Amino acid sequence: MEPDLPLTPSQTAGPFFSMGLNQSENEGRLASPLGNEITGEGEAISIAGRVIDGNGDPVPDALIEIRQADASGNFRNPDFFGLARSHTGENLEAKFSFRTIKPGAATELEAPYISVAVYMRGLLTHVYTRLYFSDESSANEKDALLNQVPETRQHTLIAQHDESQGIYEFDIHMQGKNETVFFQL
Amino acid sequence: MPKIDLHQHPPYFYADYKSSHSRGPNQDPIDFSCLTALNPSEVVAEFAGGLRNRFAVGDLDHDLIRNAQQGGIPLGERMVISGQVLNQWGKPESGVLIEVWQANASGRYAHKDDGHDVPLDPNFIGVGRCITDKEGRYRFYTIKPGAYPWKNHPNAWRPQHIHFSLISESIADRLVTQMYFPGDPLLDYDPIFDAVPDSAKEHLISTFDLSVTEADFALGYHFDIVLAGANATPVDPEHG
Repeated sequence: MEPDLPLTPSQTAGPFFSMGLNQSENEGRLASPLGNEITGEGEAISIAGRVIDGNGDPVPDALIEIRQADASGNFRNPDFFGLARSHTGENLEAKFSFRTIKPGAATELEAPYISVAVYMRGLLTHVYTRLYFSDESSANEKDALLNQVPETRQHTLIAQHDESQGIYEFDIHMQGKNETVFFQL
Repeated sequence: MPKIDLHQHPPYFYADYKSSHSRGPNQDPIDFSCLTALNPSEVVAEFAGGLRNRFAVGDLDHDLIRNAQQGGIPLGERMVISGQVLNQWGKPESGVLIEVWQANASGRYAHKDDGHDVPLDPNFIGVGRCITDKEGRYRFYTIKPGAYPWKNHPNAWRPQHIHFSLISESIADRLVTQMYFPGDPLLDYDPIFDAVPDSAKEHLISTFDLSVTEADFALGYHFDIVLAGANATPVDPEHG
């Protein structure tokens, strides 16, 4: 069946979204219900990264949302809420950061991953990408979606585990030779 | 299966909108359908539901006229915005989190990086949120935002607008947009609005509605919002 109604078009989030969308703003007044932490049973991890524009400069006003399954790969666990937000204006390094738990793989055809949406001034319609984990290389090799991505670009989807800091580093490149792979839903 | 319709949304590159030049991706996005053909939709994160009715909002969160008062009343033209959130199959979207943010009546955001040389309003932050009811309806009370200059081109001014963000069943439904006002002469000069395909532009402009207007209090505007959504009855997380 064809849809009946035309979609409301997207518009950029602009430079000032954080006052409405991020918990860290407005000194706690009218604080957003979405922060940058996801809690649940499983291996606690941190994720941090930057958004890099076509000039190679870090973007200081990007909004990042993540969506993930719980540690067993379940998206429908009523006791687990796998959605969080961060933005790159929270610190001087223009980094977004999350504290969460490592998701499990949902099926045997997939590696563990986190879905990522990016919004910012200059982006009229938001983009989707995915974060996979560098220490899951055998699972990544069989992942159905990663295998649809040209091999030379797969690295843009893989967060690098920095064991000394206990962080997965995930930079998002909007353009250039390392342009992150984005997906159309 | 929801699908982002790029015939309805603005493109990643729009020549007249300067910041899109370095921030919009150059390469075509890779289609997800290769994956969704292999897997049932419920195990794909982007389509996984369960985000509806998961947020709590405060009693005054939808009332921007009152939610930041510090002993006074905000300046500006009071307005009510009301509308319905539907999916593209015409079904009302209940339990949707709508978040709004906007400039004050002078055209300045209560954000540290807004350097426009007009006053802040101590009684107005310009942030609100609400949850749509069973029929997908919502209502905000606020102040009509002022137009303001920006650096895109010489003598550039943004038309009056309110930013909207909606979270419905899944992140495939996510929408961030802006609501404009009927008859605003600045719409003809705004590259952000102009980037939208011509046939879709009308869906970003609210309508003045005397039936929404509250006598002796505030002017009423109507703004319906259509999300991608799934062509199926959503699963109620409380009841299975």
